[in-house]
Amino acid sequence: MASLIEAAFAVVLIFLFFIMRLYYVVKTGSTHKPGTKGPVAVLIVAGSGGHTSEILRLMESLSAAYTPRHYVIADTDKMSEEKICTFESSKQHSDSEPQFTICRIPRSREVHQSWSSSVISTLAALRYSLPLVFTLRPDVVLCNGPGTCVPLCAAGLLLGILGLKKVLIVYVESICRVQSLSLTGKILYPISDYFFVQWSSLRDKYPKSIFLGRIV
Amino acid sequence: MKTVFVTVGTTSFDELIESVTCPETVQALKARGYERLVLQVGRGSLLPAADRCPHVRLEAYRFKGSIAEDLKQADLVISHAGAGSCLEALCAGKSLLVVVNDKLMNNHQLEMARQLHMDSHLLYCTCSTLIETLRTMDLSVLQPFLPGQPKNFANFLDRALGVQ
Repeated sequence: MASLIEAAFAVVLIFLFFIMRLYYVVKTGSTHKPGTKGPVAVLIVAGSGGHTSEILRLMESLSAAYTPRHYVIADTDKMSEEKICTFESSKQHSDSEPQFTICRIPRSREVHQSWSSSVISTLAALRYSLPLVFTLRPDVVLCNGPGTCVPLCAAGLLLGILGLKKVLIVYVESICRVQSLSLTGKILYPISDYFFVQWSSLRDKYPKSIFLGRIV
Repeated sequence: MKTVFVTVGTTSFDELIESVTCPETVQALKARGYERLVLQVGRGSLLPAADRCPHVRLEAYRFKGSIAEDLKQADLVISHAGAGSCLEALCAGKSLLVVVNDKLMNNHQLEMARQLHMDSHLLYCTCSTLIETLRTMDLSVLQPFLPGQPKNFANFLDRALGVQ
């Protein structure tokens, strides 16, 4: 009996510790400056179609300090890989090694998929996201809305909670969201370190968000 | 030759293709001096033949690797409300008339077209008001559209992350 109480007590303690770490990791994100120590490794979550075009517009503007760049695409997505390769080859100097990789994971949420089946497929995607993020250990996860973002950001957050590495979560809401956040945006708003919106109406509704006008 | 380019992106929007090629619409376009009509019909079931509209030069296709060239040649772009298509047309500096598919209710894609309409960057109608809009529209009220500034994002991130 006593050992059962002890075990329950331990579980509660671990849970509390986990919550405290989570709070700490999310709260202190803005003081973390990986750029002062050298190149910043980025994990870029490309979605499909419009999401990929938007995120490549953002990547175009980032300097060579953001190296290496790991692109994650859904395994059902054929167009994105081509777009990414075209973009990267335009960026690359002829004499240097390519500074990017492309990784594929199962798509966690098809458009119009129901909430409950989204949860299950997102959990399934965690199986692939955790090893990927734990191996790559990026400084930043950059994403803009496809469902694939959620398990990858969760994996990044877990690295921070376990004290292995602080992974900054940078979220840019798609330009087509004017009045309301996407489902992914709503989930990632509380846990992201930098949350960008592109319309002032969203900034007014979400005070933590950063509004710099249209950025794609 | 004054050209109208109609684009439905990766979707299908037969009602728009139907409306834009009907005799009254073509007449309204002719009255405004448009003589060439290029249609990108996507996954729709209608792919009008070149002789469908006797009074204008008509070309139609489903998809191209890039619609940039067709946008460049256009004097007026008629588009579905998809965000990608709207932005591409506006960034090409073209006058844009967005035709909303009212059969797609609560489509979040409409949010952006509606906002851009409120900011006077584009005109906005449905298939049933297309002819009337083409007759009465005043393209001179449209405000130029400045492309988004990813550089602002990069500068912000550089500062936030301490990138030199």
